[in-house]
Amino acid sequence: MVRVLKLELRGITKRFGTLLANDHIDVVVEPGQIHCLLGENGAGKSTLMNVLYGLYEPSEGEILVDDKAVSFRGPGDAMAAGIGMVHQHFMLVPVFTVAENVALGAEPTKAAGFLNLEETRRRIKEISDQYGFDVDPDALVEDLPVGVQQRVEIIKALVRNAKVLILDEPTAVLTPQETDELLDIMRQLKASGTSIVFISHKLREVKEVSDTITVIRRGKVVGTADPAAPTAELASMMVGRAVSLNLDKAPAQPKEKTFEVRDLTVIAPNGQHVVDGLSFDIARGEILAVAGVQGNGQTELTEAILGLQDRVSGSIRLDGKELLGRSVKEVLHAGVGFVPEDRKVDGLVGTFSVAENLVLDLYDKPPFAKGISMSPAKILENAKARIGEFDVRTPSAVAAAGTLSGGNQQKVVMARELSRPLRLFIASQPTRGVDVGSIEFLHRRIVAERDQGTPVMIISTELDEVMELADRIAVLYKGKLVGIVPAGTSRDVLGLMMAGIPPEEHGHPTGQAPSAATASTSDAEGGDHV
Amino acid sequence: MSTKVSSPLPGKPQPGNTPAGTGTAAVSGKPVTWRTPVLLTAFGLIALVFFGLMAPNQTASFGISTGEDFFQLPALEVNAFAAGIVLSVLLLGLAAYAVYLKSQNRPAPGWLTVSFIVLFVAAFLIWVVGGARTPSISLAGLIAGSVTLAVPLVFGSLSGVLCERVGVVNIAIEGQLLGGAFTAAIVASMTQNPFIGLLAAAVAGAVVSMVLALFSIKYLVNQIIVGVVLNVLVSGVTGFLFSTVMQANKAQFNSPPGLDIIEIPVLSSIPIIGPILFRQSLVGYLMYVAVLVVWVGLFKTRWGLRVRAVGEHPQAADTLGINVNATRFWNVTLGGAVAGIGGSFFTLVAIDSFTKEISGGRGFIALAALIFGRWNPIGAFFAALLFGFADNLQSIVTIIGTPVPSQFMAMLPYLVTVLAVAGLVGRSRGPAASGIPYVKG
Amino acid sequence: MSDKHPPKHAAGEHSGKAHEATPAAEETAAVVSVDTAGGAMEPSAVPATAQSGQLPGGPDTLLRKIFTGSGMVSVLAVLLALVIGGLLIASTDKQVATTSTYLFARPSDFLSAVWNAATRSYIALFQGSVFNPRGNSVAAQFAPFMETLTIATPLITAGLGVALAFRAGLFNIGAQGQIIVAGILAAWVGFALHLPLGLHLLLVLVAGIIGGAFWGGLVGLLKARTGAHEVILTIMFNYIALYFLRYLLNTPAFQRPGETNPISPILDPTAVYPQIFGTQYRLHLGFLLAIAATVLVWWLLNRSTVGFEFRAVGANPKAAQTAGINVSRSTVLVMAIAGGLAGMSGVAQVAGTEKVLTDGVAATYGFDAITVALLGRSTPWGTFAAGLLFGAFRAGAVQMQIQTGTPIDIVLVVQSLIVLFIAAPPLVRAVFGLNPRRKKPARAAKSRQAATTGGAA
Repeated sequence: MVRVLKLELRGITKRFGTLLANDHIDVVVEPGQIHCLLGENGAGKSTLMNVLYGLYEPSEGEILVDDKAVSFRGPGDAMAAGIGMVHQHFMLVPVFTVAENVALGAEPTKAAGFLNLEETRRRIKEISDQYGFDVDPDALVEDLPVGVQQRVEIIKALVRNAKVLILDEPTAVLTPQETDELLDIMRQLKASGTSIVFISHKLREVKEVSDTITVIRRGKVVGTADPAAPTAELASMMVGRAVSLNLDKAPAQPKEKTFEVRDLTVIAPNGQHVVDGLSFDIARGEILAVAGVQGNGQTELTEAILGLQDRVSGSIRLDGKELLGRSVKEVLHAGVGFVPEDRKVDGLVGTFSVAENLVLDLYDKPPFAKGISMSPAKILENAKARIGEFDVRTPSAVAAAGTLSGGNQQKVVMARELSRPLRLFIASQPTRGVDVGSIEFLHRRIVAERDQGTPVMIISTELDEVMELADRIAVLYKGKLVGIVPAGTSRDVLGLMMAGIPPEEHGHPTGQAPSAATASTSDAEGGDHV
Repeated sequence: MSTKVSSPLPGKPQPGNTPAGTGTAAVSGKPVTWRTPVLLTAFGLIALVFFGLMAPNQTASFGISTGEDFFQLPALEVNAFAAGIVLSVLLLGLAAYAVYLKSQNRPAPGWLTVSFIVLFVAAFLIWVVGGARTPSISLAGLIAGSVTLAVPLVFGSLSGVLCERVGVVNIAIEGQLLGGAFTAAIVASMTQNPFIGLLAAAVAGAVVSMVLALFSIKYLVNQIIVGVVLNVLVSGVTGFLFSTVMQANKAQFNSPPGLDIIEIPVLSSIPIIGPILFRQSLVGYLMYVAVLVVWVGLFKTRWGLRVRAVGEHPQAADTLGINVNATRFWNVTLGGAVAGIGGSFFTLVAIDSFTKEISGGRGFIALAALIFGRWNPIGAFFAALLFGFADNLQSIVTIIGTPVPSQFMAMLPYLVTVLAVAGLVGRSRGPAASGIPYVKG
Repeated sequence: MSDKHPPKHAAGEHSGKAHEATPAAEETAAVVSVDTAGGAMEPSAVPATAQSGQLPGGPDTLLRKIFTGSGMVSVLAVLLALVIGGLLIASTDKQVATTSTYLFARPSDFLSAVWNAATRSYIALFQGSVFNPRGNSVAAQFAPFMETLTIATPLITAGLGVALAFRAGLFNIGAQGQIIVAGILAAWVGFALHLPLGLHLLLVLVAGIIGGAFWGGLVGLLKARTGAHEVILTIMFNYIALYFLRYLLNTPAFQRPGETNPISPILDPTAVYPQIFGTQYRLHLGFLLAIAATVLVWWLLNRSTVGFEFRAVGANPKAAQTAGINVSRSTVLVMAIAGGLAGMSGVAQVAGTEKVLTDGVAATYGFDAITVALLGRSTPWGTFAAGLLFGAFRAGAVQMQIQTGTPIDIVLVVQSLIVLFIAAPPLVRAVFGLNPRRKKPARAAKSRQAATTGGAA
C-alpha cells in the first residue's frame, strides 16, 4: 500500500543570467532514504531544490520520478508527483489557522466551492497522532512557536501524500532540543516509507540522520560521502580545501574593563522579557563572544545597547558613562561601532552608493559635513581609501551597494564601522552569508581591532565562529545568561549551555548529560563544522 | 532573516516577525492598550458636555412613518436635554466597562465599540435636531436617504475589499465609479435599455481595473501611483467625451432611461425597514446581494481562502500551486466590475444624466469606508452607511437650520477615517501583502 | 526581513555574485529595469538609480542615461501619450466621422482627416503655450510662453513638495490640502492686515509656507506617532481642508463687506507678488521663487545632511535608524518641508495669479503636482521641467479649446498617460520595438531586486 518513490535529478543546470547556480548536478534519491545535500551557504542547494519543486525551470537537465522523465511547470505538478517541500522560510499564512493553511491549494469542498475544513481537521489529527505532533488545527499560525509551525509545514506535505519530503535547512531556527525532535520525526517518516532530502550545512545533524550524503560546492556535485566518514573529511569536501580550524591569533591581553552591563532587561512589545537580567563586562583588548541559538535575545541585546529598544531597564556603561536612555546617534558618537546581524536590512541602504554607505552613520560629522552642508569630495575620498583598505570588490565607489556580493557588502559595513576610533566594537553575525575568502579577512580585522585595545563583542549563532574568535564565551538562553566560560571550553559544554543547562550542572565538561541535545557530538573535538 | 515582507504601507502595523523568533519567543496575544478606553471616555465626556449639559431644552421630533407605510407610528418626540444626559451617561457607562476590561487586561469587544458609535450618533442627532430652528425631521426619510447615498459607497468599498484582500491597493475606486457612471449613461442612452447600461457599467469598471492590474502586476508599477493616475485618466477621458460627444447630442448620448424603484408589496410598507430593504432600485438590491456574496465568498469558500492567502502571503500560495498573479488580475478585475455597477447608480438611479466628475470624490470615501470597515465586506457596508448618513445629515441640517455648519458634517467621514487609520478607533490591520508586487523566482 | 520574495532566497544567495560578474551591457539593462522593479515598493516614484545622491565623477553619465535609460523612455512616453491623445481627439472629430463612412473607398481621406484633427489641436496647443506667430507684436507672440510659466509656477513648487516626500519614501497625495491651508492663511494676511510694502508680502509668503508646512507636518506627525498610512491621511486631509475653506468662505471674516458670496476681499496691493515683466503678463515673482525653491531642494537632497537623512529613510528606514538617523523626526520634517513647498503654490495662487481666495484656490494643482513629480522622477530639476511641460499643456489647452473646440480635459488624458508610460518602460520599449534583450532585463531586475531589498519604504 505504501507507494515508494525513486527520484533522480540528471544533469540539472540552472543559470541566473551569467551566474551558474547549478552545474550539471546528478542526484539519485533512493526510496525510503534520508538523502543529505551538504554544502555551504550559497553552494546552490536551495536553487536545486526549487528546481525540483517546480519553482524554477531548469536551464538544462531532467527530473525523473520512478525512472520516468517529468517536467514540473509549478509546485502543483511537483506535489502531484509526490514531492513535498518544507521551505527554510516557512510558507504559512500567519493569520490563517493551521487547518486553513493545510487545506490551502487542495481544499476539500462541499457543493458550490464551499470549504469543508472538517475533512482537513480530521487529516491533521490523524497525522498528528501518527507522529506524535501536538498540533491544534484551529490555532492561528502566528501564535504558534517556530517548531510547531515547522510541523504544520510537514503536515501540509503529508496531507498531499508526499513521498519525497524536501527539508531546506530545517534546523536553522530550532533549539537543540527541537532539532533532536525533528531528527526523530525524520526517522519516523523514513520508517513509514517517506524519502527525505535533507539540506544542511551542519555536519553533526547530517552525520546523525543521513543514509547518503551528496556534497555540493559552488553549484557542482563534488562527491558523495558516507555518513560514517570523519567530520574533518566532510568539512573539507564541503569547503573545498583543508580547513584551517584556527585563526592565528595571539592570546588576548585584556586591560581594564571599560564596558559594563548590569541587570539589563528588555521587554518586548508582547510583554515578554526577551533579555532578562544580563550582567557582564568586557575588557579592553578582549573579545567576548555571545553564543546561543538564534532568537534567544541576542538581537534585542545589541539593539538595547545601541538604543533601538524602547522598554529597557538596568545599566549599560561605557567608559563609566551610562548609555541607556541615549539615542542611537549619541551611542554611536560615544564610540560604539556596530555591525548589525542583517546587513541588507540594517546595515546598508541598497540603492545608495558604496561611498554613501561608507558614511551612513558619519555623514553629519567633519570632515564629511560642515553644519548641514555635506562635502561629496570628502565622501568620495574616504570611499576610495576604505575600498582599498578592505579590498572591497566594487565596480566603482558610486556603484549601488545592493549590487555587491554578500561578502563585499559586509566589508563595506565593517569598513565603515572600523573607520573611526572606537571605544567598543559590536559585530552581530559578522560573517553570515559571506564567502569563505572574506570570512578569514573579516575575522582578522576583528582580531586586529581587539589588539588595538578595543573591547569587542561578537554575537554569533555559529559555534565555530564563536570558538574561533572568542577570548571568553557568554551563552544566552531565553534571554538569560547561562554562563560565561573561557575560550577553550568544549563544544559539548557549550552545546548544553545553549540548551539552557549551566556548566555547573553538567557534572564534568565532557558532557555525559542525559539531554539528547548533544548525544552525538562525541566527535566534536577539533571543531567539526566549518 | 525572516520571510516577512516589509509593508509598502509603513503605516500598517507589521504583523510581527514571528518566524524570526524561536520556540521560546512564542507568546501569543497582543497587548491591550489604553487607547480604546481612554478614547471612549473622552468621547463620552464630549457627549456629556455638548450633547447633554449644553443641549437646548427643546423637544426634538423624529418622524418614523412615511405616508406610504401600511400602519402609522407616532413621531418620536424627545427632550433634547434629557435625552442628551441619558445617552451620554450610557456612553460613559460603556467607557467605564472598557476601562474595567483593560484593568483585567482584556480588550474591548467589538459590540462595545459598535454600540458606542450607535449611541454617540443618536446623541449627536438629537442634539443637532434639538438645536435647530425647526426641531423636527423624518427619521425614516433620514435613514432611507442614508442608504440611498451609501449605495455607490458600498459598491466602491467592496471593490476595495476585493482588490486589497488579494494584495492590490485600489486607489482607483473613484475612477471606476466615474467610468461606470459614464458608460452606464451613454450605453443606456444609445440602447434605451438601462439593464444593458448597468452591464456596460460593470464592464467599464472592469476595464479600468484591468489597467490597474496590468500596470501593477505585469509592469510592477507602484499600485498607488497607478491608482492615482487612473483617476486622472478616467476623469480626463469621461470629461473629454462628455464635452464632445454627449453635449453635441444629448438626446442620443446622454438621456439614459433610469432604473425604476422596485417596491416589494406589503414588505415595503413596514415603517423604517420597508424603504431601506424593500423599496430600492435594482442597483440597491444588488448592493445587499453583493455584500453578502462577497462576505460568504471571502470567508466560506475555496475561492476566498485562496484570495486571502494571495493577499497575505503570496509566496506561500505560490508554493501550493496557486497562480498568484492570475488570481490577483481576475480579482482586481472583478473588483472593478463591482465598482462600475456602483457607478451606474449615479446616472441610472440618482440623476438621469451624466455630468463631469459626477462621482464627486465618493471613491475616496469608499476607500475610507473600506479601512474603517477593516477590510471586511460587512464592516465596509456599515462604514459606508455611516458615511452615507453623514452625507444625508449634511443636507438635512442645512434645511432645518442648526448651529452646526454643514461643511463640518461633510468633513465627518474624512475626520472619522483619520481617527480610524491613526489607530484611535481600534487598530486596523490590512492584508499583509497588499501593495507589494509579486515577482516569482 | 531581507528577502522580499522568499521563493527567491536562492536567487538572493547568488544575486551579489551575479552582479560582480555582470558585463557592462547587462548592467545597463539592469539599471534600466531596476527603474521599474528595483525598489519593488516605489519603482517609478524614485528610480533606484536616482535615490543615491549625486556624486561627481561617477560612470552614470548623461549620455548613457539618454540612450539607454530614463531619458529616452521619457521622450517616447510623451510621444506615445500625445499620439493616443491625438487619436482620441480625432475619434470625436466630425471630419473624421464623415470620412470614415467611406473609409474603404478612400482610406487616404480618412487618414488625413485623423492627422488634421490631431495636429490642428496640437498646433493650437503649442501656439497657446509657447509661441504665437499671429501675435501682432513680439510681446504678444511670447505672451503664451509667459502664461505657461505663470501656470507652471504652482505646479513646480507643489511638485517639488511631492517629489521631496517621495524621496523620503512617503506618498504625499496631500499637496491639494496643503495649498488650500496655505492659501487661507496667506490670503487672510493679505487682505485682513494692512502693512507696509515688502513686509506685507513677506508675511503673506511666510504665512502661506507655515500653513502648508503645518498641514503637511501634521500628517508626518500622525504617521510617525501612530503609524497611520500617509496616503490615506493626505487624501482625507485634502477634503478636510477643502470643507474648512468652504466653511470659512461662509463666514463674514472671509467675505467681502456687505456680501455673502463665498469669495474673499481682494488682497492689498502691498501683499501681492510684483509682475516680473510688467503688467502685460501675469507672470509674477512666484516663478523666480519657484526656481529658487528648485535650487534649494536640489541642494537639500544632494548636498545636505538633512537630505541624506531623508533619502536614507526613504530607501531603507531600518538601516537609517540603525545608523542613528531619527526616522520619526525625518518623517515629520520632510512632510513639513513638502507642505511648505506646496504652501508656496498656495501663495502663488492668492498673491500672484488670483489675488483673491475662493474655494477653487487650489484648482487641481495639488493633484497635478503628483503627476509632475512622477514625470520628473522625483528629482528637483526633473520636476521643474515636468512642471513647465504640464504648465504648457494647461496654458495651451485654453487656447486649443477656443480655436478648435477640443476640450481641456484632453490635457488630463495626455498627462496621465505620460505618467503611466513612464512608469512602465518595458511597455514603451515594446510599443516602439526597442526591446533588445527580451529575457535578460527581467532576470537582472529580479536578482537586483533581491539584492536591493533595502528599498522598502
